Amino acid sequence: MSIEVRHICKRFGAFTALADVSLAFPDGELVALLGPSGCGKTTLLRVIAGLEQPDSGQVLFDGEDASDTHVRERRVGFVFQHYALFRHMSVFDNVAFGLRMKPRRERPSEAEIRRRVMALLELVQLDWIADRFPSQLSGGQRQRIALARALAVEPKVLLLDEPFGALDAKVRKELRRWLRRLHDELHVTSIFVTHDQEEALEVADRVVLMHRGRVEQVGSPEEVYHHPATPFVYDFLGSVNRFEGRMEATGLRVGESLLPHEAPLPAGEEVVAFARPFELDIVPAESGQGVPARVARILAFGASARVELDGEGEPARRFEVELPRERCAALALSPGQPVRLVPARLRVFAGRAEP
Amino acid sequence: MAAHTGVLPGFRLTLGYTLLYLSLIVLLPVAAVFGKTLELGWGEFVDVVSNPRVLAAYRLSFGAALAAAAIDAVFGLLLAWVLVRYSFPGKRLVDALIDLPFALPTAVAGIALTALYAPNGWLGGWLAALGVKVAFTPLGILVALVFIGIPFVVRTVQPVLEEFEPEFEEAAASLGASRWQVFRHVILPHVLPATVTGFALAFARAVGEYGSVIFIAGNIPFVSEIVPLLIIGQLEQYDEAGATAIATVMLVISFTLLLVINALQAWAARRGGKEQ
Repeated sequence: MSIEVRHICKRFGAFTALADVSLAFPDGELVALLGPSGCGKTTLLRVIAGLEQPDSGQVLFDGEDASDTHVRERRVGFVFQHYALFRHMSVFDNVAFGLRMKPRRERPSEAEIRRRVMALLELVQLDWIADRFPSQLSGGQRQRIALARALAVEPKVLLLDEPFGALDAKVRKELRRWLRRLHDELHVTSIFVTHDQEEALEVADRVVLMHRGRVEQVGSPEEVYHHPATPFVYDFLGSVNRFEGRMEATGLRVGESLLPHEAPLPAGEEVVAFARPFELDIVPAESGQGVPARVARILAFGASARVELDGEGEPARRFEVELPRERCAALALSPGQPVRLVPARLRVFAGRAEP
Repeated sequence: MAAHTGVLPGFRLTLGYTLLYLSLIVLLPVAAVFGKTLELGWGEFVDVVSNPRVLAAYRLSFGAALAAAAIDAVFGLLLAWVLVRYSFPGKRLVDALIDLPFALPTAVAGIALTALYAPNGWLGGWLAALGVKVAFTPLGILVALVFIGIPFVVRTVQPVLEEFEPEFEEAAASLGASRWQVFRHVILPHVLPATVTGFALAFARAVGEYGSVIFIAGNIPFVSEIVPLLIIGQLEQYDEAGATAIATVMLVISFTLLLVINALQAWAARRGGKEQ
């Protein structure tokens, strides 16, 4: 089922959680709502589920206005960050809950319920713990049971609120691959909320980046990573080096230094520029190119070497450069050494965006 | 053994203190009641406690206490629910009012209720017009016991409801459960143990209640005379052994009922809170 939200606004007192958000979620896609905490992503998910009423705007399911439909009737499967498993019920009873709560006319027989619950438990690979209680399960198992419970009522949409947020790193990784495979099997339209960019980029078909109640960018993981539309997206996705300065005819003036850059921005404009760590090169201080910096730390393990540097000025800006190991060795860097940084590629945005 | 292997120190000391304290404060007076009763022969004892007037008082005391505790359990749960789930102007005031029956001298409560429900009182006048008599009847006793018992249920259920995340209700609703089903299958199992505890406390308090009841009850033998009043009556006639005989039976019944309620509560806890 496709979902569309139109002009959703939601305020909590003086705080604006959602400011005129319009989005379309095509049928069968797995979409990530990504953003820092407080950006409105969870509120948007809860509005779609019907757990929260927007101040204005519409939610459409398959083109039909569902704004006045109660969460009971929306047929959404909602998975909570802290699982919300009923602790007085066994795993089996938890998964069977949705089927047993159906009106008598629609309710399947107990044998049919048993068959369907066991099939779901097999799907989440936990059929061997049907008789246990939630307190006896690990976090990863609980989350899978919560997912099975949400799937039991055959939802048309699956909504997951920070589904792996409360799990440790290793389990998170396993579970998100598993979620991707599960989605490829079921093809139910799914939206999940996360603040972890790696998670969003790895799992989702499409990523919606949100910031301060607004949508910053929508696109495939490749698109948003390689072509960030706004300074916020650039900053949020992966580590990045920031330069603030003013456009001049031949380049970008940062402090005393001039970075050559051909940008379609008029001279004199205040700008912010970004370069990823692998887009910066380190050159000796005498060369006179690029911006001055001082080596702070060298981390030379793994496939490439990472160098952390302190820039000039107050407060000192930190830079991070990723170099091939050979290049790093050839430079013979040592902590405290003054060097200069030359960006191979710069992405320039007009205006001085807030840090 | 625990003293040597346990992490917490002072097991023997604290257990010893607990037993001594319980003995001095609780067991000794209770034993005195039994001891005094022994002054009567078995025949006399049976005579005293099987007196129809005494039997009627037992029925009234325990019946009214159970009924009042049951009413408190239902409405206390409701009150706790409202106080936890909703915010409204004056909520703190309502919250403070709940404790008032705790703090009020019971005689004051009794006089206030009597003034209110007497045939010439504010409410009593209206009710009398409808043909309902409250003051000086068992119904009046029930009203007084409900009044003094309500904080016990609210204050035991409230913290349990507070730690109950709305998430569980939302999860149930998103799975298609109606409001009633959410209450019946999700909320109630969670708050049942606390509610039963509140019920037990309200009941225990109601059985022993004296001050607020004697004013509103009218104390008519066979109709609205409670056991504690009978005991006082015996004492006023210097029949101490008779008084303790009545008290002994009351103690035994109370203890048995509390044991049953405790067992019930443990059962509810096992069913309702698998997560320890």
